[in-house]
Order: sequence, then structure tokens, then C-alpha cells
Amino acid sequence: MSELLGVIGAMLSLGTPLVIAATGETISERAGVLNIGLEGAMLASAYAGFYTSWQTGSPYLGLLAGCLVGALVLGGTAPLVLHLGADQVVVGTGVNLLCLGVTGTLFVMAFGRAGQLVQVPTVGKFAGDLSLNVVMLAAPALVYLSWRLLFRTDWGRALRAAGEMPEAATAAGWSVYRLRLQGILASGLTAGLAGAYLSVAQTNSFAENMTAGRGFVVIAAVTFGRWTPLGAAAAAMLIAFAYGLQFLIKAYSLPLPYQLFDALPYLIALGVLVGSGRGKAGPAALAMPYKEHR
Amino acid sequence: MRLIPILLGLLLTLALTLAAFGLPVLDSLGHLWEGALGDKFAIHRTLVKASPLILAGLGMVVAWRGGMFNIGGEGQLLMGASAGAITYHLLSRIQGPALTVLVLAACCLAGALWACIAALLYTKRGVNVVISTILLNFVAIHMVSYLVRGPLQAVGETIPQTTPLPASAMFQRLDPQSSLHTGLFIAPLLALTVHVWLKLTASGFQLRLVGQNPSAAQAARIPVAQTQVLALTVRGALCGLAGGVEYVGVSGYLFDGFSPGWGYLSIAVALLGGLEAWGVVLSGLYFGALVAGSRNLEAFGGASSAFVYAVQGIAVIAFVALQQWARRKVERTAS
Repeated sequence: MSELLGVIGAMLSLGTPLVIAATGETISERAGVLNIGLEGAMLASAYAGFYTSWQTGSPYLGLLAGCLVGALVLGGTAPLVLHLGADQVVVGTGVNLLCLGVTGTLFVMAFGRAGQLVQVPTVGKFAGDLSLNVVMLAAPALVYLSWRLLFRTDWGRALRAAGEMPEAATAAGWSVYRLRLQGILASGLTAGLAGAYLSVAQTNSFAENMTAGRGFVVIAAVTFGRWTPLGAAAAAMLIAFAYGLQFLIKAYSLPLPYQLFDALPYLIALGVLVGSGRGKAGPAALAMPYKEHR
Repeated sequence: MRLIPILLGLLLTLALTLAAFGLPVLDSLGHLWEGALGDKFAIHRTLVKASPLILAGLGMVVAWRGGMFNIGGEGQLLMGASAGAITYHLLSRIQGPALTVLVLAACCLAGALWACIAALLYTKRGVNVVISTILLNFVAIHMVSYLVRGPLQAVGETIPQTTPLPASAMFQRLDPQSSLHTGLFIAPLLALTVHVWLKLTASGFQLRLVGQNPSAAQAARIPVAQTQVLALTVRGALCGLAGGVEYVGVSGYLFDGFSPGWGYLSIAVALLGGLEAWGVVLSGLYFGALVAGSRNLEAFGGASSAFVYAVQGIAVIAFVALQQWARRKVERTAS
């Protein structure tokens, strides 16, 4: 029983960063910005959280540092994708390479080759074998908050217009640039919290390229979730379940090749995208540059 | 030509990146130079590292020109190398050049098929190519991990790797002291082929038209979906071949971490090469030198070879920013 609770707790913990990052990315994509750099932002904040927690001894400062770095990384792309109208996907690819290189280099310079053994202070756990933590509670709160912001406020309506028909948002007196920047920052902050969660709350350590594609998995979840916070969260939890199955085969030592389960979350994310099909496409102006005339 | 400002820009980027990490700039540049071009061995290393980068970069050019930007090179390359290893495993009775040819053909085919999955998901189901190719990369990485520990693991070997190819089936060494091999000529030959195809043939023109303006291509009765599938499939075949050349030319066996991110690097290679086949040869050599040099920097300068990714990322972002800035400037003067 305690093993099963452990696996459920692990799945919830694996889902937490995916759900958190998905809420912000949903807002950003609704505004018309696709953040392929999400993976890099998560990785950079994972390192920032790890380093800060190690330096200060406070995991909560680590989480804060993660948020800031996440917002900085994605916010840094705003001049390129918003003002210069550069291709969002290509810029995001550059961001991912940059973050992979910078974190890898800084990590080795600061901790040497044995850096993976460094453990940092982590957030407090409760609920026994389930071993929940306080950040896990933030995930549902963020889902509710982002839904409320997107669908129950004037700002949310304007932001969705910026992603659907930017001309209309401009005509109604909103600045599409500003709305999209706010979307990018929302995604940066949540990607930052999610990344720092990976290093500070989940593994208490850092490894090169530790995000291992989770940023892309989040983007897939947002697509499958039909660009709503609750839908994206549900898709993210489905994929987290696949990540957690590895623990199940380890806990019960099932005679199956573990690599199959390592690959499963990505296969499910792919299946999820195939299942989304053509149906209702995403925000009409997603990843389209917009030139504001004032 | 604009070659000199580009070279100066690259050198400046490199120096600034080193400085940003707090590394001694001149010393580190020295280590990079030593490792990339310092002596005969360094130059051979650069040429050997450039080969898969040029091949994968050419693939990226074809895909990108066809409007199929993707990040799937890593998976396609690994599936290629895996197919090569599987072919040897199944046909180990065949020897010599016949085996080499079969292995390389299998590499191309597997890379092409792996890319084709993403292409068909896009044209049939509208699945975003960037995301699907990334997800397929991870599937391929875990597949290699399974193969080298499971069915393909060398008999009596505790290290997870496959049985090495016999020397007769590998590319011949041009220099017994280094890994310079005859397969080196494949990349420039294919660069020429890609150049001729894209620039001088009707199908190459169609591919570029589909990439630039799919609705105009549709109006001109060009089969858009088929062309897109073709562009991505060729990308897969070239990446698979990149894996094959590395397998048959350098390592001779498959192992975890077979590719140190060549597939990802191919994006920067293609972009810096101006999305031109001949440009990719030059930028492939540059990044090959950087990879070779960074090994030396890692050994003697205390930096991680992950540093190369940072340089690539900066190159990609700077290139796109400059290009876009120039375009905006032209638009402004025009209006």
C-alpha cells in the first residue's frame, strides 16, 4: 500500500511542473506567442533554482530565482519576436541551445565533473507516503487563476483577441505588443517555477539537460488541452502518469525493458497530438508576427 | 564577398561568450585553435567532426527550403545509426564493401522513414512538425539505449555497446594515426547534389516555392503536401546518412550518447550557412572546428564542451536578429 501511495505521490510530483508551465504557456499561446524556448527557460531556471538553493540554503529563494530567470529568458526573446517580427520557432530553438550550453558550462565550472552528486536543501514534505509539498498545491491554484484571467476579465478577452485577430484588439485600443509581452512573461514565470521545481523540489540536484524535453511536452499538452488551462492540465497529468509508470515497474520489479517506459511519455504526447487532429485549430494568429500601426 | 565581416563576427561572438563565462579569452582561444587546427591531428579531427554536421545541415537546408523547419535531426541520425547496427547484426556473414553499402543504405532509409512519420502526421493530421520531431528524438534516444543493452549488445561485453564492425567493412583510414577516413568525400559530394537539385531542377524549384508560399504553389498545381513530405524525408535520409558515416567511418559500433547533439547543431549549421548547400559546407567546417577545439578546451582550459551549444545558440539568435533587422530597414526605406 505504501508503495502504491509512493507511486501516486511521484506521479503528482512529476505532473506538478508540467501543469504549472502549461498554465503560463496557455496564456502566451492565447496571446499569439508560441514559446519553443520553454524548454531552455525551464532548464535555465532549474539551474538558477539549484544554485540559489545551494548558496542561500533556502529552497524558496531557489524557486523565486527560478521564476525570475524564466521570465528573463523568455522576456529576452520579446524584442526579437514582437518588435522585429522574427520567426518564433527559430528564436526559440536558439534559446534552447543557448540555455543548454550556458547551464552545462556554468554547472561544470562551479561544481566540476562530480556536480551531479551535489544535493541542495529542498521544500518541506507532508502527507506521509504521498510526500506532497507546498508547490504542488500551487499547481491547481494556477490553473484556476489562469482560467479566471483568460475567460473572466476584460484583459483576458483582449489578450485572446491579440492571438485570434490582433487588428481587432488594436482597434479596441489595446496594445497587442504589450498583451503579447504579458503573455510571454506569464509563460516565463511559470516555466521558471516549473524548472526550479525540478531541481529544488523533485530531485534536489541538477544534471546537464535535466529537463529532458519536458518543455516540449508542455507545449504538446497545451495543444491537446485545446488552449484552456484545465484541458492543458489534464493532458499534462496524463503524460505525468506515463513518466510515473517507470516507478511502478521499479517498485514491483516487473520484467519489462525500462527504456520502453522512458520513451512512453513522449509517445503518449505524440499520440495526444495525433488525437487532437485538425478539429478546431489553435488561436488563429498563433506564431504570426504582427506589426502595430499607431 | 561578405565572408570577412562574417568571420570577424564569429570570432567576436566566440570571444564574448568566453569572456561572459569568465574564461581567459586569449588562452581559451588558443586552446580552441590548438584543438581545431593546431597540427595535422587537429585538422583531421575537425574534418571528421565536420562530416556529420555538413550532412545533417544539408538535410536541414532541404527541409527548411521546403518550409518544414524541424528539430528532428537527432532522432533521425540515431535511427539511421541504429539501422546500420541492426543491418550488421543480421548480415554479419557479408564482408567488405558490400556490407558498407548495405549498412549505409539502411541508415538512409531508417532516417527517412523516421522523418516521414512526422511529415505524414503533419500533412494528414496537422500535427506541428517542430513538436512531433522533438518528441520522436526522445523516443529514438531511448530506443538506442534499449538496443545497446538488449538485443544488439556485444556478446560477453559488460559495456552497453554493439559488436564493432570488421575493419574490412569500415571506411578506409587515410592516415593510420588519425581517424581521417575515405567517407569524408560523401559530404561535399552531397552538397553539390543538393545545390544542383534545389537550384537547377524543376522539382527543386517546386520545393522552394512550396516553402516560400504554399498557397501560391497550390494555385500553380504543385502537390504541396507531397512536396512537404519529400522535403522532410530527404532531411531524414541525410541525417540518417550522417549517423551512418559516423558509424562506418569513426566508431564502428553503436553506444549510448552516440550523437553528441549533431542533430540539434545542424540547425545552426544550416542557418549560418545561409540555407545554401555550399554555405553549409563552410559553416559545417566552422562548427566542426569548434567541436574539435572545445574538446581541447575541456581538457586543458577547464570549460565544459557544452560551451559549444551556447555559441550555437548565440549564432542562431544573432543571425535571425540581424536578418530581421535588415529586412525591417529595407521595408522602412521602401515606404
